[in-house]
This record gives sequence, C-alpha cells and structure tokens, in this order.
Amino acid sequence: MKLISGRRDFLKAGGALVVGFRLQETLLGQEAPPRGTVAGPPDPKQVDTWLAIHADNTATVYIGFAELGQGNSTALLQVAAEELDLDMNQLKSVRLDTNVTPNQGGTYSSASIQRGGPQVRAAAAEARQALLQLASKKLDAPADRLTISQGVVSVAGNPARTVSYGELVGDKPFHLAFTGSAPVKSPANYKVVGTPVPRNDLPDKVSGKFVYMQYVRVPGMLHGRIVRPRGQGAYGAGAKVLALDESSIAHIPGARVLRKGDFVGVVAENEWDAVRAARQLKVTWDSTPSLTGSAGMYDAMRAAKTDDRIVVERGNAADAIGAAPHKVTQNCQSPYQAHAPFGPNCALADVKPDSALVMCSTQDVYGTRRTLARILALPEDKVRVQYYEGSGTYGHSCYDDVAQAASLLSQLAARPVRLQFMRWDEHGWDNYGPAHVGEVHAAANADGKIVGYEYHGWQHHWSNVETSEQLALGTPAAEWRPNPAMQVNPRCCGGMYDIPNVRLVNHHVPGLGFLKGAWLRSPLDLSFSFTSEQAIDQLAFLLKLDPYEFRRRNIKDARWLGVLDAAASAAKWTARPAASNQSRGKFVTGRGIGMGTHLTSYGAAVAEIEIDKQTGKVVAKHLYGAIDAGLVVNPGNVESQISGQLVQTASRMFKEEVTFTKSNVTSLDWTSYPILRFEECPQVTPVVVQRLKEPSSGAGEEVMAAAAGAIANAFFDATGVRMTEFPMTPKRVLAALNRG
Amino acid sequence: MPSELKIKVNERPWTVSAPPDTPLLYVLSNELLLKGPRFGCGLAQCGSCSVLVNGVETRSCVTPVAAVQGKSVTTLEGLPAWYAAQNKLAEVPALHPVQQAMLDEQSAQCGYCYNGMIVKASELLAKNRQPTEAQIRTAMNGHLCRCGTYPRIILAVQRASRAMSGAKA
Repeated sequence: MKLISGRRDFLKAGGALVVGFRLQETLLGQEAPPRGTVAGPPDPKQVDTWLAIHADNTATVYIGFAELGQGNSTALLQVAAEELDLDMNQLKSVRLDTNVTPNQGGTYSSASIQRGGPQVRAAAAEARQALLQLASKKLDAPADRLTISQGVVSVAGNPARTVSYGELVGDKPFHLAFTGSAPVKSPANYKVVGTPVPRNDLPDKVSGKFVYMQYVRVPGMLHGRIVRPRGQGAYGAGAKVLALDESSIAHIPGARVLRKGDFVGVVAENEWDAVRAARQLKVTWDSTPSLTGSAGMYDAMRAAKTDDRIVVERGNAADAIGAAPHKVTQNCQSPYQAHAPFGPNCALADVKPDSALVMCSTQDVYGTRRTLARILALPEDKVRVQYYEGSGTYGHSCYDDVAQAASLLSQLAARPVRLQFMRWDEHGWDNYGPAHVGEVHAAANADGKIVGYEYHGWQHHWSNVETSEQLALGTPAAEWRPNPAMQVNPRCCGGMYDIPNVRLVNHHVPGLGFLKGAWLRSPLDLSFSFTSEQAIDQLAFLLKLDPYEFRRRNIKDARWLGVLDAAASAAKWTARPAASNQSRGKFVTGRGIGMGTHLTSYGAAVAEIEIDKQTGKVVAKHLYGAIDAGLVVNPGNVESQISGQLVQTASRMFKEEVTFTKSNVTSLDWTSYPILRFEECPQVTPVVVQRLKEPSSGAGEEVMAAAAGAIANAFFDATGVRMTEFPMTPKRVLAALNRG
Repeated sequence: MPSELKIKVNERPWTVSAPPDTPLLYVLSNELLLKGPRFGCGLAQCGSCSVLVNGVETRSCVTPVAAVQGKSVTTLEGLPAWYAAQNKLAEVPALHPVQQAMLDEQSAQCGYCYNGMIVKASELLAKNRQPTEAQIRTAMNGHLCRCGTYPRIILAVQRASRAMSGAKA
C-alpha cells in the first residue's frame, strides 16, 4: 500500500512506454515521493497524472477544474465512469492542489466539460485499454473476449473467470504514456454520460458538513481583516494612506495593525477583535475625486480616446444598410454589475521565509500560484495553492485579491492568517463586470431578409493587477491585452443570423479612470444582446412580422434554429407581431424572444413579463431558456444551470447596478446593491437540446444573453416602448413610458 | 473582556469565553466549530447565518451571544433532532424533511445560502405545514440566493410539505 504514485515515477517512465508496462519491476527499489510532496503540475502526458486505481477496486480521478457550484465535479466523474465501466460510487476526485492535480487551465468560459471532458475521457480510455491487456494476460483470454462491469473484468461466456481492476493494479502507478490514442466508447453505448446523476457535493452542503473556504481553520492561525476606503475609486488611482492612527484601536489589545505601503490590515487571535479593529482603525485616505460618477459614465465612455478594432468585416454593411428599405438603429447602455458572491471571499495563508501554502477559492490554482510567487518574492515551486470552494463566484470576484491579501498579512505577521473579506470589501473592491455602450444599425429587404448589420461597442478590458498587489507593492494598474472575451462578441452580435454585410467594431475605452473590471458570467453578452436583439426585433416590427418567424427566416444554421424552436415550443409561442396585443390597464403583459450565447454553444429564450405602469415595476412571470451545448454529460445539472442563469439574468436586468460618486463606489451591500428575491422570481422552464454526436461545449452561462434580449423585447411587446438602459428599475421604466 | 457564558446549542450546553457582544455566528464558527451557519453579510440582510432561537429564525451575525443565554439555539446540524423532538419521533432522522427535499430536487448550486434556506423553510413548515406557493415566497423573501435557485427551493419546500403532511396524516 505504500506504492503510491509520485511525480518522480512518472518522470522516469518518460513518454517511451506505450504498451507492455510492467508494474512490479518498475517500482522495485524506487522511492516514490507521495503524490502531493512535489510542486506540480504533474506531467499531463502520463496516465498516472489523471487517475489511480486502488486495491479496493475504486478509482481516483485527478481533475484540474474547480467545482464552483455548477456540478462539473460530478459530470467529469461521469465521463470517467463511462470509459472505465465503473459505477459512480467507485469514483472520487480530490481537491485541486498545485502539488497534486493537473493543470488544465482555469475554470473559465464554462470549459470544464468542453475542454476537460475529452481529456478525462481519453485518459480513462487509455487506462481501460491497459487494464484490459493486463486482464487478458491474467485470465489467459484474448481482450476481445473480455467484458467489464463495475471494474470487474470477466471472460465472455465464463462468468467464473474474473479479475478486478483493484487486483490488477491496486494502488500502483500505471507508468503509462498518455497517448490519447486509445479508442473511446461510442455515444450510442453510453450508460452514465447523458443521464442526470445526482451531484456528489450536495449531501454535505445541505447537512452542514461541507467545508467551504470560509470554514477552513489551521492551528496557530490569526484572524485578519483588511482596511480600505469603503468602496473603490478609479482603478488607476488605487488608494493612498495619508495618515494612520494605531492608537485608535489601542482599546482592542488583541488586535494589531499590519501595513505594507498602502496595504493595511489588522490581525487578532479572536475574529471579533479583528472585525472591530478593522472597523475602528482610523486611517485618513486620499480622497481626491478620481471617477466620473455613475451619472457621467456613459458620456465619458463615448468621449474617451478609444483603441478601435474591427472584429468582423464582411461585405459592406454601410452601403447595404443605406440602400435597404427597412432600417433601424438601437442605442443602449448598461452599468457595471458586481459578482457579489453570496459569501464574501476568504483565504488562509501560511507564509514562511522560504515557502507558502495558500488555501483559497481561485478559479485557477496555477495562475494564482504565479502571482502569489511574484508578490511574496518566492520561487513558484515553493508556493502551494489549494482550492477550497467558496460561494458561487460567477467570474473573477475578489478570490485572487483575498488570497494575495491573506498572503501579505501572513508574511507580515509570520503566522498563518485567515482573512475573511467583509461584505463591503467584496461589494466595494470587486472586479466588476464592465459597463457597456452599444450602437447597432441594421436593415432588411422587402422579403424580410436582413441585409446589413453594424455593431459598435464601447467598454474597457479586464484589470490585470489586483488591489492588494497594487497597494502593497505599488505595482501600477494595468489592463489585459485584447482577447475575444472582452470584445464585441460576434456570436452574440448578429452572428446567429445569415447576414451578407456585417461590420463589428470594438472601441476599447482605456480603463484606468474607471472601475476595476473583469469577467462576470457571460461577460458583456447581456449588454450585447440587449442592444442587438432589440434591433432585430425592431426590423421584425417594421416588417409587421412575428419576431420568431422573422428570426427563423434569417437563420441557416441548424443548431441556432434548433434552440430557437426549442425555446419557442416550450413557451407555446403563437405568431403575431410585437406590440399588437397591448392592453390599457395598470398592469400590462408582454412576451419577447431573444438569442445569444457566450463563446460557444447556442442559446435562445422567451420571456413573459408584467409591468405595473403606475409604479414602473417590472417582473418576469415566466422565462424559458434553451441551450444546445453539444453532448450534455449531465442534463440535470445543465437544467439547473439554465434555471439559475434565467433567474440571475432577471436580477441583472431588473435590479443590479454598481453606483459610484466621483470618489467611491457606493453600492456596498444587499440594500444598496439589490438582487432578485423570492417574491419577484419568475417561473422557469429550462430546455436542454441534447446532441450526443457533437462535442460538448459550455453550458454555465450560454443562455443569459438570449434571456436579456427576450426580456427587453417583451417590454416593447407590452408597452410599444424600447428600453435603452438596464437595469429596468421603476424610475427608468416610468421615464421611458413618459417619453413614449 | 472575555467572560464565561453558558449557551445551549443543538440541545447541548456550552460554556464559551467570548466577549458578550460577540455576534453568535463567530462563536458558533470558531468555538463550536459548526459549519452550518455561514457568514454572508454581517448585516442581517441575506440570511446565510440563520439559526433558530427558541424555534424562531434569527440572524446570528447580528445577535450578540449574550442575548441567547437561557434560550435554545438550533443550527442546520441540529435540525433533524429538533424535528424529531417536535414531532415526537422515536428516532432522529438523518436529515430534516426539508434537507431531504433539497437533495431530491437537486436544488442547490453552490449551496452557500442553503443553511438559511433550510432553517427558514423548517421554521415555516413547523408553523404552517401546507403553505401555498405565495406563502412560501413571502416567508422566504428575506433570504437571498445569488445562484438563482429560488424555483427549485420552492419545489423542495412543497415536496417537504407533502412529506411532512403525509407523515402526520
């Protein structure tokens, strides 16, 4: 049982052995360091990096993707179970850990199943092939006569002759190169993949046994809190300490102040002391105004000297629009929105002079290790990062910032420090989903075919330096270089339609004078669809066509058509032009349809909403969302994801808005940053369009854009008025209705 | 200054040394090492820290520990026993019917808010075993879920309601 696979083993095995590996010989006389004792990432070209078979005939799968509440840790085990012919209860995964798990890249863009599924599938298939060869020898029967069930290999027609995986390799490494060439099962034979296996993490989450990051404790640790201005100013301005009065917390003897540059924190043995000290410590911050204020933001974005890039140019959109009989323009704007994880981020760091262990809720343990090494001035292989799930993050919330801050505090205190962000830290110092200004021009011919489409989008990029590093080391604020996820998204902006003349232009607004920004679930796509899908709806209206029928006329791609039909069918859509059924009462209802996605997959949605014309309050009564994400490994999880996306989209369309003055963000809690509640929650109908033969693609964010467009179009259907800004708060709705 | 306070949590007496103004949540997390009540806002706005105090849903993040002396605190971990006692069951079930229903409906995503959701729904069903959907929404309205799992929580409360009604019928 001590023959545990280790990194040194698989490095020695190299990439040479493909078949005919010998377990016993290879291991004799070797001291394999236990997995976890050496800095990773482990060699992805070795099967041992991906899975281990244990003597009790169970298996461990090593997965590099983070469970964020989306259920991928169950779904990826389904993929392994399928290829290995094991039951789900024979499989487990382990905590993400830079000393243990492979580097599959960060858990971004809903790519766990898209990118991770094929890797896990291929590794499991490779292991299965090797196990079959071993079994063939042991049972003295050709491999094609063997069958496997629950990890027990038996000879066809002779059920008495069996051997289990555990007996074949139990707890020993494979020493097998991962070639990726082993045959995988045909989807037609899937038994586990494609079924709604219950999630393996939920029993502990409902019973109170689950260890969220916020509940990790280590001996000898201090509790920490950060001290910053309440609410960030401009990203480029950071925060500057003018004066700090340590005596202001002298009455809390257990607490002490730690400071590095403008980075300030407090630590205490007792958590309540740390909370009180952070609250009461007197720090005078430079309060020079650095922001436009919420009110002036959109004008400032349009007026900025931008870096313009053409994302798509096909045909001549301007000429086509100019010559067409039906043309529309749609201008929209949308604010910063917060990740606002339900439990503020937390991290626990134990930084020693020559090494560090940091536990946190990062979406990317290896990426976080790289930045922590830089900040702590340690070699990367001396920093170990372990992932503990926090509350849902929906993108780049403060998980890196808190990990950096905990590490800095631990380094300063020379003790392990558990740092829990307070609600105002998380709300006030988030990397917000960036604000957006969009402008669409589109035109159709007399036959109802869209002939030209032009989209202009203004927004800034993601922020590249976290606040803790900025304040402690003086590292200048910087934005990410351009990448497709931060630019006008062709798949959301008209890309689902068959349009001969298209021009998409990205206007990058320099971000340092604005708020800190990063990807927020389906980044910018809600804004794109809100603008674009309203323009498409306007064309249908001009042509007196039903908006669903108009879209069908303009789509060639079978998969876009498939989701559109699925959403319309679920909603029992009946044909009529928009705004043709308005009532005159206090409450009016409308229905709308929309399309969109993030970087992959296909999304369509129908919204049924109700508007109180006297108060301006809008509620979604029923949202229908359809996703085609290729092969869906766990339809139950994806239905749950669709439902959550629909509700979160309603929240973002009706409620959510980061507000700020010229100095600071002012939306710092659930009162100043309201989100959707039970009484306002729509009924939801999730629809999974299963395509067993297509590669899996993202399903964690791909229907939100469609739902945003559908909601906007439903508002027009109910009122005959176009909303040009969200969230659609009562004040904005009344203003729009009064404008008419 | 630290003092000795006696509190009762999940039917067990505890002597804790926290200053009396310490919010109950920090005592539950750091002294009793309970992982059910969760820090969410510290402002009584979200409900993730909820516990039952004498059967009444209470935000432990703003309740001083001294305020629950002489009262009975029940956390997520203690709900099955609390349910068994209330209903005079011979055995404590592994899960409260609300917890079981949340599993059966696969309601949770990240699950962080589920402490408060389960505590609040358990309080509701103890008072009103067969609430309407509107009553469920109203009762639960002070509890936020960022993942947007409200629809499945409503289904789970309805399922638990049926299970509990059946059990008593």
